[in-house]
Amino acid sequence: MEAKRELLDLLLSDARQSTEDIARQLGVDAATVEKLVDELESEGAVRGYQAVVDWDSVDEEHVRAEVELNVELDRETGYEEIARRIAKFPEVSSLRLISGSYDFAVDVEGESMHDVSNFVSEQIAPIPEVTQTVTHFVMTTYKERGVYFGDGDDDDRLAVSP
Amino acid sequence: MTENADRLSRRARETPPSGIRRFFELAEEMDDLVSLGVGEPDFSAPWAARAAAIDSLERGRTSYTANRGRRDLRERIAAHVTRYDLSYDPDDEILVSTGASEAVDLAMRALIDPGDAVAVPQPSYISYGPTVTFSGGEVVPVETHAENDFVLTYEDLERAGADEASILVLCYPNNPTGAVMTREELAEVAEFVREHDLFVLSDEIYAALRYEDEHVSIATLPGMRERTVVFNGFSKAYAMTGMRLGYALGPSEVIDAMNRIHQYTMLSAPTTAQFAAIEALDSCDGAVEEMRREFDRRRQFVISRFNEIGMDCFEAKGAFYVFPKCPPGWEDDEAFAEALIREERVALVPGRVFGDGGAGHLRVSYASSMGELKEALNRIESFVEDR
Repeated sequence: MEAKRELLDLLLSDARQSTEDIARQLGVDAATVEKLVDELESEGAVRGYQAVVDWDSVDEEHVRAEVELNVELDRETGYEEIARRIAKFPEVSSLRLISGSYDFAVDVEGESMHDVSNFVSEQIAPIPEVTQTVTHFVMTTYKERGVYFGDGDDDDRLAVSP
Repeated sequence: MTENADRLSRRARETPPSGIRRFFELAEEMDDLVSLGVGEPDFSAPWAARAAAIDSLERGRTSYTANRGRRDLRERIAAHVTRYDLSYDPDDEILVSTGASEAVDLAMRALIDPGDAVAVPQPSYISYGPTVTFSGGEVVPVETHAENDFVLTYEDLERAGADEASILVLCYPNNPTGAVMTREELAEVAEFVREHDLFVLSDEIYAALRYEDEHVSIATLPGMRERTVVFNGFSKAYAMTGMRLGYALGPSEVIDAMNRIHQYTMLSAPTTAQFAAIEALDSCDGAVEEMRREFDRRRQFVISRFNEIGMDCFEAKGAFYVFPKCPPGWEDDEAFAEALIREERVALVPGRVFGDGGAGHLRVSYASSMGELKEALNRIESFVEDR
């Protein structure tokens, strides 16, 4: 388990590292890393590998909103069922059931504010169990999944020191 | 201007510039440089420690402290070092200094009379030799050897004539090699020290950065506490180099003498840093462990890559340095380091800078991001392959 945890840390920090580089850091051989990665994937611990993108640096329209969703449950419909209906939309990049003043936190992505608001009003709000939606458009992203979007050029250490 | 050169003291005139100076200047000229020549963590101090420093400033706590350092900090240091089986009285056996470097200097000045011989194992941190000289002492270099993984042995001490010395300087985990010493290996050194009635200055600033076992202080061995001053500080483990805060632990009469010199020179260590240090000791063990784990991964990566490239690298188990040999065909570490920085823009420090015992090797710091380490090792690999 310790080795898997270490491996997860390395994949979280940079999933594009070669198997050999990961093996060197863990002090094991490449075959062991491949076996552990296979296990993590088949156990469902690792669900995918994606880039962390700073959309402000990409010359393309991209809008993201965080949507608060309140729902009302009945005897036949639970959170799972509602989640399954919402998660199937490609516009929804993440969906979480959370505690607090609303039920679901939904990340919605689109090419324009119009796209995103249309999607929320036409696809999400009409779901019978949904009682309220509050849409927050993301203005600027400073940090995403542990990656800070600053210029990263703040190492003012001496290049050679004792 | 030239006549002022004549006014300089003999000691100032005779102190050579640091061997790293030239490489620093070369590095300064370079764009797109990847430097593995940095002797400090690439992390910032844990946030809690920084917040404590800010809070102390907001409260206007900007005056001197007691010469020995704040009493509450000394109490915490006393409690902290019990993890290394060390026990010191905060009243008269602990001195808080402006970085561990100041503490080393104070101990040298408190213990060395003109002409005294001081055994300094090599390769070693670049300041020991000059501070011995500033105190009027004479350095007896004790070469340690690559085939022993740069561990100091009884035979090394004997061969170097260290029995003539009054002081032995130790630095384990070691800068520049990353070598550590086990209890058994230290016991051998302690035997020599007791037989020849030496006093030990043990710089343990990298104690928290040990990767495969627990740090052992020579002061815990039989008969050694009364003849040892231990140095430690907040620079390396807590990534607080710029806060300049260290401490010395030792017999009361030596600490008292060091404090007398300290009160005429520094007066007291930086107050803001002392508040940061209290918080560091109270709540930052987790942050230190995270940094240690990250350094450990990088260590294994770097050692493995150097060995693949054909630059023989023993398994350094402490600090954040490795000390590979120059690749086959390169005898001169300075020539190699200079060619590497000029042609591939990778800065390493030649081993010779740390004393003749380091010749033929290079000090490589892995206190850089994995991305930088990979890039640097790729450039070194292509440089070595092209020759």
